[in-house]
Amino acid sequence: MSINVRFFASLKERIGSAALEIDAQGITTARDVWTSASGQEADEEMLVAINKEYAALDRTVADGDEVAFFPPVTGG
Amino acid sequence: MTIEVFEHPFDPWQAVADYRSSHLAIGKSGASAVFVGTMRDFNEGDDVQAMVLEHYPGMTEKQLQALVNQSISAHNLDDALVIHRVGELKPGEDIVLVATFSAHRKAAFDACREIMEALKSTAPFWKKETLASGERWVEKNTAG
Repeated sequence: MSINVRFFASLKERIGSAALEIDAQGITTARDVWTSASGQEADEEMLVAINKEYAALDRTVADGDEVAFFPPVTGG
Repeated sequence: MTIEVFEHPFDPWQAVADYRSSHLAIGKSGASAVFVGTMRDFNEGDDVQAMVLEHYPGMTEKQLQALVNQSISAHNLDDALVIHRVGELKPGEDIVLVATFSAHRKAAFDACREIMEALKSTAPFWKKETLASGERWVEKNTAG
């Protein structure tokens, strides 16, 4: 019963970790994942992906999901 | 349609030539539109010495495939090629290639621009610049 959490770019540096696993118990949404994994309030500019697809911060997550958090993208 | 993410420098013009000869039917595509993005040595008034491009492996390819497929359908393209660099880059190195192929010019031009804009706003890449004074993350893309 766990959720794989990933951080990229400046959020990875802010959290001090690229990936971690959290217990899925008591977790309903991606926002809960962020709060549990980071111990911080969610920043509304932050982008969220669940299983490598964009999702809203308040989207429900499931056991075994990969939930990623990252800042606005700057490729190209 | 081909999407590639390279960790090493590439020659976009050679890539287009190779793709045309290996993937496109002779005499079918009357129009090829190409956009190449190249690393500058300046940004926001500062000299930039180098850059690291980070990405989200797996999601990057998935997102690029989705947006390129959408443009292929919307503009009835014959084909499209997208290549994007990751890793450490120096000024003058090419970052991105978007090439679109269609029967007539409007579809190729429009789709090339559309794919490039969608890539810039949704593909999970992040730039970190090295300046004389240290490093900084690029927080937003230029408007156009």
